[in-house]
Amino acid sequence: MIQNTVRILRNDREADLYYRLTLRAPRVAPLIQPGQFAHLRIGFLGEALLRRPFSVFQVADETFSILYKTVGKGTEALARMRPGDDLSVIAPLGHGFTVPQPGGETPLLVAGSYGMAALYLLAQRSPQKGVVFVGGRRSADILCVEEFRALGWDVRVTTEDGSRGEHGLVTRPLIDEVRRQAGGRKLFACGPTPMLEAVGRIASEFGVPAELSMDEPMCCGVGVCLACVIPIRKGDRWEYQRTCTEGPVFDARTIAWDVRG
Amino acid sequence: MNLSVQIGRLTLRNPVTVASGTFGYGVEYARLLDLNRLGALAVKGIRLDPVRGNPTPRTAEVASGMLNAIGLQGPGVDGFIERYWPFLAGLEVPTIINIWGTTVEEYAEVARRFDALGGVGALELNVSCPNIKEGGAQFGTDPRLLHQVVAACRKATSLPLITKLSPNVVNIAPYAKAAEEAGCDALSITNSFPAMAIDIETRRPRLANGTGGLSGPCIKPIAIKLVWDAAKAVRIPIIGMGGIQSAADAIEFMMAGATAVAVGTANFYEPQTALQVIDGLGDFMRRHGIEEVREIVGSVRIEKRS
Ligand SMILES: Cc1cc2nc3c(=O)[nH]c(=O)nc-3n(C[C@H](O)[C@H](O)[C@H](O)COP(=O)(O)OP(=O)(O)OC[C@H]3O[C@@H](n4cnc5c(N)ncnc54)[C@H](O)[C@@H]3O)c2cc1C
Ligand SMILES: Cc1cc2nc3c(=O)[nH]c(=O)nc-3n(C[C@H](O)[C@H](O)[C@H](O)COP(=O)(O)O)c2cc1C
Ligand code: FES
Repeated sequence: MIQNTVRILRNDREADLYYRLTLRAPRVAPLIQPGQFAHLRIGFLGEALLRRPFSVFQVADETFSILYKTVGKGTEALARMRPGDDLSVIAPLGHGFTVPQPGGETPLLVAGSYGMAALYLLAQRSPQKGVVFVGGRRSADILCVEEFRALGWDVRVTTEDGSRGEHGLVTRPLIDEVRRQAGGRKLFACGPTPMLEAVGRIASEFGVPAELSMDEPMCCGVGVCLACVIPIRKGDRWEYQRTCTEGPVFDARTIAWDVRG
Repeated sequence: MNLSVQIGRLTLRNPVTVASGTFGYGVEYARLLDLNRLGALAVKGIRLDPVRGNPTPRTAEVASGMLNAIGLQGPGVDGFIERYWPFLAGLEVPTIINIWGTTVEEYAEVARRFDALGGVGALELNVSCPNIKEGGAQFGTDPRLLHQVVAACRKATSLPLITKLSPNVVNIAPYAKAAEEAGCDALSITNSFPAMAIDIETRRPRLANGTGGLSGPCIKPIAIKLVWDAAKAVRIPIIGMGGIQSAADAIEFMMAGATAVAVGTANFYEPQTALQVIDGLGDFMRRHGIEEVREIVGSVRIEKRS
């Protein structure tokens, strides 16, 4: 974990509401593990003071990038920043994905819209290539398919309106796949909470291990404020754990969805 | 130049501390800044037993501030001593342990436990948490109860005792006096303000708890006034807090009557804030030829028009 002022190298629109931001961060970049995130202080935000968390998307030498969707004041202000502008980052943060061991399970990745960002490094660093299931509301929500294919992964696309790939929810082809073969597979997922809950259910139904990257509103990002907690099972009880510190990636079996309500 | 100040028999190397609940147990920020430069470090509120805390969402960002209703999640006295005390005890910076209870006896028991621990810098009695039904807030809004709880803790420990007053009162002076008379060594002013925000699309409160405590720069002018009012009423030192994000903010609190200050919410967005305040305070003193930081305390000039 390092706090640094870093320079924006690129900040371009990817598609529709999605942008790709590349930062020169020579001290941070080498430390980043798949599934970790960066906490950005977006300048020019005036009365909105808090940092915003974003999964690290790609890492190359002295730079790292994030893939973000403009959903509100912070991400919109971020989209207006230009190459040459500086940002304060705290990164890398959180406990990321377990990178598969050589000869271990075949990874099945499940992503909803910008959830793809959190999974890219995992796909790149996994010795086994597997399948990426990516879903979105419409074709504009389907990101970086070609980049995952370039890594040698099989990418299966679903959209809720049928405008690209298979028609329906991302969990449909996933269920078909684990029904065909569950043994020797492991799920890794990042996306909206209802999608994660569905992936968790599929994992337990088919007895497949799964790691989920949870998207909880954050405040400090480093474990002090206790804003970002989710209920985690401990034996026959449960306790709140911090998404920013013990997470964002959790073993699906430990999440107490019933408590979350 | 001398930046040191006294809180009871505790000497702080400088008047800049970090506020309870905004700095965890110190260890979380150890990799981002040199904790030993702080005047003191206040840890998240602790009661006797572990506390699970409130459901989520627990925070909501608002204009120039935030709401929180964490519900005083914590490991309890034993969990704290086991997990966090070894690290804190190894620091040069004094630890202020923020404590609470649901009864006078529980406050006193927690105070006794930390008295017996040895090496604690000071105890801060939170009688003002707005976020749980029995978060001690009833002690903070009834001067007699306040007197009782402070007096009971005074009996239970010889550690420097700080009372963190509730801002949720019409006039803070009687509360400040009650705490002083009951034997506490200093006051912390202020805790967050009871507040609420609503998501108009869902018509639901933005916090699962319904209401929460407002903190951050938006409360600063109100907090300054509370410090000013309390400073006129008591002789014991005041630790001023509420929205501090720069040395200028800290100096304002000191001029209103605070002997020391605490950085709270600002830690979340700029973990270096407390160190920046220490540096900026030194610069201000140099610029104004001030030798003793104590000279700033209560130095606001109030000119009466005739
Ligand atoms: C670990 C983690 C990784 C993330 N990775 C990415 C990423 O790679 N790319 C990306 O685009 N976003 C990511 N996010 C979400 C991102 O942090 C939020 O979209 C961002 O903080 C919104 O800020 P804003 O100021 O634009 O929105 P605000 O103006 O604060 O809010 C606008 C709307 O967005 C909602 N919102 C705010 N925060 C979140 C959140 N955390 N999750 C869901 N909804 C939220 C609000 O409720 C509101 O409806 C991640 C979040 C976490 C916790
Ligand atoms: C997330 C959060 C948690 C807090 N927890 C505590 C606590 O456990 N005990 C306490 O006495 N005050 C607690 N506070 C109050 C702060 O210590 C401080 O008094 C208040 O936030 C005002 O200062 P600020 O505006 O600089 O944050 C908390 C504040 C926040 C924002
Ligand atoms: S965001 Fe503060 S503890 Fe996780």
